[in-house]
Amino acid sequence: MAMYNDKVIDHFMNPHNVGEIEDASGIGTFGSPVCGDMMQMSIKVDDNGIITDAKFKTYGCGSAIASSSIATDMIIGKTCEEALKVTNDDVLRELGGLPSVKVHCSILSEQSIKAAIYDYAQKNGLEFEGLKDFDPNAEDHDESCELSDDEL
Amino acid sequence: MEERRQVYLDYSATTPVKQEVADEMIPYFTQNYGNASSIYSVGAVAKDALEKARGQVASLINAEPSEIIFTSGGTESDNWALIAMARKLKNKGRHIITSAIEHHAVLHTCQYLAKNEGFDITYVGVNSDGIVDPAEVEAAVRPDTILISIMFVNNEVGSIQPVEEIGAVAKKHGILFHTDAVQAAGNVPIDVKKIQADMLSLSAHKIYGPKGCGCLYVRRGVILPTYIHGGAQENKKRAGTENIPAIVGFGKAAEIAQRDFDRHVSHVKSLRDHFVERVLAEVPKTHYNGSREHRHPGNANITFEYVEGEAILLYLDFAGICASSGSACSSKSLQPSHVLTALGIPVELIHGSIRFTFGDMTTMEDVDYAVDQIKKIIARLREISSVSEEKGW
Ligand SMILES: Cc1ncc(COP(=O)(O)O)c(C=O)c1O
Repeated sequence: MAMYNDKVIDHFMNPHNVGEIEDASGIGTFGSPVCGDMMQMSIKVDDNGIITDAKFKTYGCGSAIASSSIATDMIIGKTCEEALKVTNDDVLRELGGLPSVKVHCSILSEQSIKAAIYDYAQKNGLEFEGLKDFDPNAEDHDESCELSDDEL
Repeated sequence: MEERRQVYLDYSATTPVKQEVADEMIPYFTQNYGNASSIYSVGAVAKDALEKARGQVASLINAEPSEIIFTSGGTESDNWALIAMARKLKNKGRHIITSAIEHHAVLHTCQYLAKNEGFDITYVGVNSDGIVDPAEVEAAVRPDTILISIMFVNNEVGSIQPVEEIGAVAKKHGILFHTDAVQAAGNVPIDVKKIQADMLSLSAHKIYGPKGCGCLYVRRGVILPTYIHGGAQENKKRAGTENIPAIVGFGKAAEIAQRDFDRHVSHVKSLRDHFVERVLAEVPKTHYNGSREHRHPGNANITFEYVEGEAILLYLDFAGICASSGSACSSKSLQPSHVLTALGIPVELIHGSIRFTFGDMTTMEDVDYAVDQIKKIIARLREISSVSEEKGW
């Protein structure tokens, strides 16, 4: 595990907020097992638009699980607009960094937050500035998983 | 809480150097440090050790000592055999036949030859057991085929290839035959005469010898051009001052592999079989990849559905268990193993595949500890996973 820092290790060995909220306000998934990771995020939003709870389930590597765990921690207590501003870079910074080959594994947490809030917005007829460019079907276009070009 | 053990189950990646082997090597670092090419007596001691090792390695594969050329390992042997022979025969033809499940030392070398030197490569596929069909090799033969390179034992799923039949196909068509026998050594009997191999690669560190040492067998009468140029070592075939301590260790390791062959095979096979039986019975939704019958005695390759391999490896590492996975993260995505892909295993199952390989130092207690931990780890990762039996993939 030498390639990971202690915080990352702690988050994948003892992830926070694992599970699925039963009466979730919004639920979304991103990624696919074929590509190596898929995250499901469910959120509970109160009447003031604040995310009071978030839970995740992730199929994926240690970095994907750690990113999922910390992302749920980061959005609890935030409004939806604030949560939509959480980027992949914020997740990485909060984790204290990931090895470069693992950076792509943290992208799904940012996308899953958006997917869950998108679902909440759809159900409640709301619109969020932060969802303007969000394409809920993006993962369907991604089945090729961007096969790397470093193969000879 | 039960005691945490350190359990190494990655003997196909590398093995520890046996004490008996290390004991033979040590004097060649400190006392008998001479250069085998020198004429004075310290050099002669080194020269004698070199020739003794050559005999020990030759004996393991039923070759003549003069047919063994020491190299820096399996990778160099594979590169040398393929690149030097392809260049030599390029005016005769530019077609090479290999398999889809070769180690990268052969696969990337073939890709290099195709990309940079105009060779045309046929990658023969395998069946769902991971075994090449010799008839398919024969069907791939063309008038311009100059070389067939098919591995003896696969490093990921342990499938044993029908190298005798493939050797016969090569012979029948007058084509040279190379086989990468790195994983076969010590685990299946190797007889270069029976398999009619023209070239065969071995590596010391897979048979309890040191890393950075191996050899290429080149059948008498086959002329393989020099690849590493310089001095006149190894009968002018491979330049560079010989790594005498490592070669001495390789020789000793080969001698032990031959001497203790039956004991080794029955030991690792009983551990492997017990492991596989328990895992398949006690962990739901698991699959055993590869052939049951034609298989390296110490190899198990298992898919755990709904969980990802690297996560499994990290949890195993936390429990003190070393194993390896079939998929590797590149800068952009998770790359499934080319071997498991060739067996026809779906990508999402490849991502959850782990190779466990057992060796002489593994005990039954180690195996039981590993299975107990695996049960807990897989159950925990399935709790975290967004896919499951109920939800499906
Ligand atoms: C089948 C096979 N060929 C070649 C090699 C490379 O051997 P070495 O590590 O000695 O270069 C290995 C080991 O990784 C192997 O398993």
